[in-house]
This record gives sequence, structure tokens and C-alpha cells, in this order.
Amino acid sequence: MIKVNMINYKVAYKIFVISLAIIIAITIGAVIIIAVGGNVFETYWIIISMPFRNFRSFCEVLTRMIPLTIIALGICVSSRCGINNIGAEGQMYMGIISACAMAFFLQGVPRVFAIPVCILTGALFGGVYGFIPGFLKAKLDVSELLSTVMLNYAASQFYKFCIRIPLRDPNDTTGTPMSARLPENTLLSKFVRGTSLHSGIILAVILVVFIYILLFKTTWGYKMRASGASARAAKYGGINVSKYLIIAMVISGACAGMAGSVELMGVQARAMENITSGYGFSGIVVALFATLHPLAVIPAAFFFGILLYSQVNLQILSSVPPNLVETIQGVIILIIVSLQMVISSPYSLERFRKRFFKNQIKEIKEVK
Amino acid sequence: MADIIINTLTFTVRFSVALLIASMGEMFNQKAGIFNLGCEGIMSMGAFLGMLVPFTVGGAGIVPWYVNISGLLLASICGCLLGLLFGLVVITFRAPQGIAGIGMQMFGVGLAGTLFRSYIGGQQSISGIEAVSIPVLSNIPVLGKILFTHNPVVYLAYLLVPLAWFILYKTPWGLKIRAVGTYPRAADSLGINVNLIRFQSLMVGGAMAGFAGAFLSLCQAKQFSAGMINGRGFIAVALVYFGQWHPTKILLGALLFTFAESLQRQVQIFGQSFPYEFLAMFPYLLVISVLTFNRKSNKLGPSALGKPFNREMRI
Repeated sequence: MIKVNMINYKVAYKIFVISLAIIIAITIGAVIIIAVGGNVFETYWIIISMPFRNFRSFCEVLTRMIPLTIIALGICVSSRCGINNIGAEGQMYMGIISACAMAFFLQGVPRVFAIPVCILTGALFGGVYGFIPGFLKAKLDVSELLSTVMLNYAASQFYKFCIRIPLRDPNDTTGTPMSARLPENTLLSKFVRGTSLHSGIILAVILVVFIYILLFKTTWGYKMRASGASARAAKYGGINVSKYLIIAMVISGACAGMAGSVELMGVQARAMENITSGYGFSGIVVALFATLHPLAVIPAAFFFGILLYSQVNLQILSSVPPNLVETIQGVIILIIVSLQMVISSPYSLERFRKRFFKNQIKEIKEVK
Repeated sequence: MADIIINTLTFTVRFSVALLIASMGEMFNQKAGIFNLGCEGIMSMGAFLGMLVPFTVGGAGIVPWYVNISGLLLASICGCLLGLLFGLVVITFRAPQGIAGIGMQMFGVGLAGTLFRSYIGGQQSISGIEAVSIPVLSNIPVLGKILFTHNPVVYLAYLLVPLAWFILYKTPWGLKIRAVGTYPRAADSLGINVNLIRFQSLMVGGAMAGFAGAFLSLCQAKQFSAGMINGRGFIAVALVYFGQWHPTKILLGALLFTFAESLQRQVQIFGQSFPYEFLAMFPYLLVISVLTFNRKSNKLGPSALGKPFNREMRI
């Protein structure tokens, strides 16, 4: 009885804090919208209502959810292990470029074989690209914040080179650097004709379950979380912290690479510039929004899917620039990281309980 | 051939300024123990505001000098405020600084893009601050062109290096900054307000980052586009590591980086078939390899870098 109440008010506190964060973010967004001369309610109405207008736009949101979910899962793993992976963008680039090359190599091979091989290639190269900062951090104490950002830019340059020379579409007439269309046998099939939703969503759901089990039901996951919570204590407990750091980073990179290859094979069908469209950074926001819990990633990714999809609608329907969405994402990150202290602070939790859960305290006393 | 070399070196001196100012600011932040990865966002806002003022006054035409100066000032003030905002997040709320920096970057870049689209619209160019040849000195055969044909702001930026050194190492305030970044608890026990000093250093750093951004739009590109900072903010952060938290070494680092970049531009002019992307990759890989192989440099840094100060925490 007492235990149930205890959990209740802690959960209520968390929900309260998170909704406060949303309100602050919305207010800041409103201020910006007013500053650029837009209509606040109209803009928010476009953001919220457009995805539910018809089935097709809803599928658009789901399509954007797929890479967001997969990347956010990877970031959950790395952040739980105490290493900040902000290189998802670069790992995604590596995944895309390797999956693309593999797809051309596997021309004419049966789908059942070609698609998994392509996705796994993407995951492999993303993982290798995640291994580098992980290794540097674990063995040589190089700040992963700097190395991942630098690797992002290096990967983006490498990607530009690849689509400009080796993988360039030979029949291209437009002059824009991009690869040829992937062969049909490597494209992910669409669920419903006429919508953009592709079968990559199955992979995303499987990965959610997989990462959940990995993090919370296996020894590996336990050891990773232990190294993230307190590296020194974990080391004292006999956990090889640097090994798990590297493993977490490889998993994180593999997820980002997989997201890249799924995006390539499901949506774009050819490697072109700006293919990642900021998913790597949005994935960080999603993971933080989900409080680094794999199961919570799905609703968080849905929310940010709506936000990202609104970029398209804002451009068509309103005068507010679509860059607004990026701004709001930044605000959300700032607010979430600030609120983490508030959430974990026992002092403000106590104040919250005294304010809103006075009755429960009495109940507990009565039970006693 | 001699022309190419002289051009490259001239560009190096001119274009290193943005990096130099931004990393000087970042050095102040890091010396006080704050890892400000949001430099990119602050620079972006600075670049936008720096361009906005002369554009609203005179469009693409020539504007009086004080308008350009007020653009630079406005950018610095905005950078200062964004530094305060970052301070609120990482000092008051003790947020993890790396992720907060990414948030700051997205916020700054996004906000600059949003405001740019609605206030300026498309790609517009401004006259900006013109380069001035110093009368006698610029006639020296080779060095004259390389060193003395730049913007007034360029010379100002190079004066900043000894100034930053003087402030950090020869004034009480600089000593406080270094103390706060090295061992905040000791500084606190001697009556230094750790968080106040950190806020001040963030304001100085933010103002410098904003100024650097304004330099990019007002003096270098003479226009603004949403992705114009293009990772310079991150490189500025890395340069501080590269320069081992010392102004002169940071200056050398900035020159080296810009040299690599200018060289790559010159190569790009020559041939499309040459994989110039690998040259563009070079600065980024250089940072990583320096961080990797110069392991001593990590030890030289402020020991409280990235650690929020909590007075009530037990040791």
C-alpha cells in the first residue's frame, strides 16, 4: 500500500516536470513565432493537426519515426554507458554510403538475401565508425564530444566525395552529385500503396525490444549501465569499463548506420546530398526526451516525427520558416538537461510532494 | 606559382580571424571550467545579427562605418546574452555540458535560420567592412600583401591575443578564472564566487563568439546563409585543446587550420576531378590525431573542465 503511493508521487513528479518542460518550450516557440510575424495558434495548429488529416500524412510521420527511433535507441545505449554519442550523423553517413555500395554490388540477388545484407553492411560500417571515438575515449581518454563531432564532418566530406565520383550516377544529366537509383531488389517494400511508410518500421519495432532486453535483461546491459552510473564503482566491482564503453559505442554506431541504410532503402532510393536531414541530432533529442528508456523512445519518436513532418507543412501553408523546428528542438534539449537536475533533486521532489500529495502522506501515516 | 602561395597566405591571415576570436572566447570559458560546445550556435546568431544591421539600414549599398560597428556590437551583446543562457543551464541547473552545448548549437543555428528567412528572405549581399591597405607597410614586396592589406577588424583580432594573455595571466580576474577552472573548491574557500566568475567568463566567451560570427558575415563572406558557420564553432572548441589552453599556441593552431582550408580552396579552383574532399577532411582529422597523440595536452587543461560546481556536495 505504502509502496504503491511512493511510486505514484514519484511518477507524478516526473510527469509534472516533463509537462512543465513542454509548456516552456511551447512558450519560447510562441515568442519566436511572434517575432517572425506569424500567427501562433495557426502555426501550432498546422504542426499538430496536419499529420492526422488523412492516412497518408499519418504515414509520413511514421516514416520519419523509423530512423529517429533507431538512432535514439543507439543513443540510449551509449548514454546509459556514460558516453555521449553526438556522432550519429557521421555514422549514418557511413551506413548510407556502405549500404549503397553494397546494393549496387548485389544487383539481381534475391530480395530475401539482398535487403538484410545491405542493412547489416550499413550497421557494420556505422559500428566501425562508432568504434573509433569509443576506442579513443576508452583507451586514450580523448573527449568523445570533440572526436564524434570532428568525425561527423569528416564523414560528411567522405560522403560528398563518394557521391561525386565513385558512386555517381553514370546517366546523370542534372549535374547534381548523387548516386544512381538503387536496384529494385534492394528497395524496402511499401506497406500501403501510395504512402511512404515502408517495411523498415518492423525493424524499428524489433530493435526497440532487442535494445530493451539488451539493456535491462542481460549481463552486458547491466554492466553497461553500471559503468555509466559510476565508472569508478563499476571498475571496483570488477567490470571492464573501457570494454563496455567500446561495445556501447559500437552498438550506438551500428544503430545509426542501420537507420541510415533503412532511410536510404526505404525513402530516398538514392544517395544524395543532405540525405540525413539532421536525424542524427534529432535522435539525441528523442533519446533525451525518452529519458534514455528504449520503450519510451517510441512515443518520443512519434512526437518528434510530428515535429519534423511539420517542416514540410510550414513551408507550404504558413509564413513561418521551417527552421523553427530546429530551434524548438534546441530549446527542448536545453530544457530537458536543465530539468534532469530538478528531477533528481530530492529537495524539490519533497516540496512537490508536500504541495500536491499531502493527503497521501496522511494516508501513509494512518496505515502506519 | 608565387601568386598562389601569396594568395593562400593572405587568405590564411584574413580567414583565421573568425576561428581565432571564437577560440579565444572559448579559451576563457574552458579556463573557468565550462565546456561550451554551443559556440557554433552563438556564432551563427552573431553572423546573422552582424549582417542584419547594415542590411536593414542600407541594403546592398555602402553604409556609414558606425552602422557596421553597431552590427558587430549587437552581435557581441547577443552572444553575451546567449552565454548567459548557457550559464543558466550548465551553472545554475548543473546540466551535463556536452549535451547542453549541442542544444545550444541547435537553438542558435535554428534561431538564426528562422529569423534570417523572415527578416532577410533569400541570399542577399552587403558591402560589409572593406579591407584597408596600410599606406607604407603594404608596399613591402611579399610580406606587404600578406600582412598589411586586411580589414581593420583583422588587426584588432590579432591584438586580442596578447590582450587575452595579459588578462588571463597578469590580472586578478584572470587568476580567479584559472583558479575556478582548476580547483573550484579551493577558490570557493578563499571567498571567490565560483559561479559568478563562471558566468562572467561565459559572457566574455559568448561575446567573442558572437563577434567572430559577425566577422564572418560582415568582413569575410559579406552575406549570410543558414549553414555558413559550417562547423567553425566546433573547430574553435577543438583549437583550444590543440593550443593547450594558451593564447599564442591557439593563434598558431588557428593559422595552421586556416592554411589547410585556404590550400584546399586553391586546389578546388584548379580541378574538379581532384578529390578535394580529402583535403577538406584534413583539419578535422588533424584535431583527432592531435588529441590522440598529444596525450600530455589533456593533462595541461583545467582540471575542473566540464564538471559543474556544487557547493553542497560532499567530496
